[in-house]
Amino acid sequence: MSRLYRDNLKEILQGMLPKITKPKNLIYLDFAATTFLDINVKKAMEPFWSGSFGNPSALYKQGREAAFAVDNARKTIAGIIGCRPEEVVFTAGGTESINLSLFGTARMAAAEGGAKPHIISSAIEHHAVLESIDALRQEGIQADLVGVDEFGFVKLEEIKKAVRPETVLISIIYANNEIGTIEPIAEIGKWLRGENERRKAKNLPKIYFHTDACQAAGSLDLNVDRLGVDLMSVNASKIYGPKQTGFLFVRNGVRLKPIIFGGGQEKNLRSGTENVPGIIGLSEALKLAQKNREKENKRQSDLRDYFIKQILKKIPKAVLNGPGPFAKNRGRDFNQKERYLARLPNNINISFLDVEGEALLLYLDSYGIAASTGSACASMSLDPSHVILAIGKPYEYAHGAIRFTLGKTTTKKQLDFVLKVLPEVVKELRRVSPLDMKMDNGKNISMPKAFAGKKIDKFVRN
Amino acid sequence: MAKKKVLTKKKLKKSDVVNQFTGESWVYSDVVKDHFFHPRNLLLNPPKKNYFDGEGVVGSPACGDVMVMWLRVDKKKDKILELKWKTFGCGSAIAATSMFSVMVTENGGMKIEDALKIKPQDIIARLEGLPNRKIHCSVLADKAFRAALNNYFRNTGQHQRIIADGSKVIDKVLNITERDIEEAVLDGASTLNDLKKKLKVGTGDSKSIPEIEQLLRFYKEKYSNRD
Repeated sequence: MSRLYRDNLKEILQGMLPKITKPKNLIYLDFAATTFLDINVKKAMEPFWSGSFGNPSALYKQGREAAFAVDNARKTIAGIIGCRPEEVVFTAGGTESINLSLFGTARMAAAEGGAKPHIISSAIEHHAVLESIDALRQEGIQADLVGVDEFGFVKLEEIKKAVRPETVLISIIYANNEIGTIEPIAEIGKWLRGENERRKAKNLPKIYFHTDACQAAGSLDLNVDRLGVDLMSVNASKIYGPKQTGFLFVRNGVRLKPIIFGGGQEKNLRSGTENVPGIIGLSEALKLAQKNREKENKRQSDLRDYFIKQILKKIPKAVLNGPGPFAKNRGRDFNQKERYLARLPNNINISFLDVEGEALLLYLDSYGIAASTGSACASMSLDPSHVILAIGKPYEYAHGAIRFTLGKTTTKKQLDFVLKVLPEVVKELRRVSPLDMKMDNGKNISMPKAFAGKKIDKFVRN
Repeated sequence: MAKKKVLTKKKLKKSDVVNQFTGESWVYSDVVKDHFFHPRNLLLNPPKKNYFDGEGVVGSPACGDVMVMWLRVDKKKDKILELKWKTFGCGSAIAATSMFSVMVTENGGMKIEDALKIKPQDIIARLEGLPNRKIHCSVLADKAFRAALNNYFRNTGQHQRIIADGSKVIDKVLNITERDIEEAVLDGASTLNDLKKKLKVGTGDSKSIPEIEQLLRFYKEKYSNRD
């Protein structure tokens, strides 16, 4: 730091950081991005790196040991999500599971001939879904993205309206990664069961139901029958397991085209030698996550509500994105017991008006606080969060959106430190900012002069 | 607790975002960090009436960057006396504006004609580089400066000096100007496809393509000997 302060202090100190001592340990509040590896998961994986390292397809001892362990992991996972072991397909993570379910069902339907297959999904899916759909459109597959309400809830009515005779798949995220909205998956699943009965009578193809449960796996019910899903994507790196490992639940009878070809592992759906330590880590992580679910959910949602309440109290012009105890959800207030049923217990997403998210993250990082933003400036694409835009908030809100996601090591003490730093850095950046937006959901542009003349072309996104 | 153990390890404590091409720590250079955390020439209080000679705004909150600039001019010497600003934007937007304000006011202030010659690339050079994807969106200081100068020219009746912004419009559908093409070439565009990728030029106005190709050759030649 000292070097930065060297010359011409008076001038430089105009924008000096508030004097708050940095904590010894970093404060990680980006658990929705990824988690650390749980020590117990690491222990469970240990024997499979150099000990039972064999290829599970091999006949000899090391191979048999590996195959046995993979089978056990499959059984463990099947037990947790309430399916048969053979319905669990191991993959290299959530993105791959999602790709396999979307490309797999759509290409299979296309290969069977007839009308061009049609897919329904939502506007607030993860990029893994949205980009897959974009790629499928290039192959001639049709797709509709249904909108969401102001809290990010998908409306069943809109899905019903989007259904066509050639629809083959509905893919809805279980819980949104940015704003934590938990979608009514079971409700959609229940309706779809009836709908498929009606379609059968009309001799129309069955509609499969996929859910991206990557964010949900740590805290929500994963029982596939209660959810009524045919396909479900889960990964380990968000539940204190290893990265690049996950699984896709594929209900018996669902026909998929593989996207990776080779030795025919995983019932020919995912060729390639099994990532044995990864699979063991995945099953152990899921076991631990589901075991401690209720207790952790209660603890984290209490912390979450405390944190949201304090931020909104301490910082003017801060707006909560997504459902919360302070907003009416789906037309009613959730009571104490219900409230974490609407939003992931670990998710906080708040827009700070007049402030740009990436600049805010840089300041937080300088205090050892890690979070993430919906701002365009922090993404590779330079587009602001599609989720914040989809819930009807203007671009300005998306640029100032910060996501904090809690984890099992998050403490109230850590959050209190953030609560000490955050108001200061927001104040500092507002001092630098020429904007003064009104809390009217951005209907008025605060700096109309900026749009004057031909300039507008340069700044309008297409 | 597991996390404490992991995160306090020496290795992780030292870890930083490292630029894979330059080996620099963090995505931003030390100069960018310095100007971001300690912005120079920031306007802290609302401007006094008639204190500044010109004021200019560019950008939009929707795009994620807005910049306002105020300047005071030494009318006899035609030099910039003072330049103050405010910016809504990411780290590099704040740092770039701060750096620009230093460039035009250091050593007793720049002559207006010289200050007008500063290009985004010059600011980036003084900042010791910016991540590629940040250049187009965040370096708006030169544009805000032109807007503030025009305002000054207008206020002082020097209408002949007002800079017709954007020079000649080439692509009439997207309103892309000669200057945009010049900047894209400076950013490394060397083929029509590069230009199309950077500016989407010619996609809506295909009649403009021959002229675009001519300009591309012209600017490539002009800047080919630049170090």
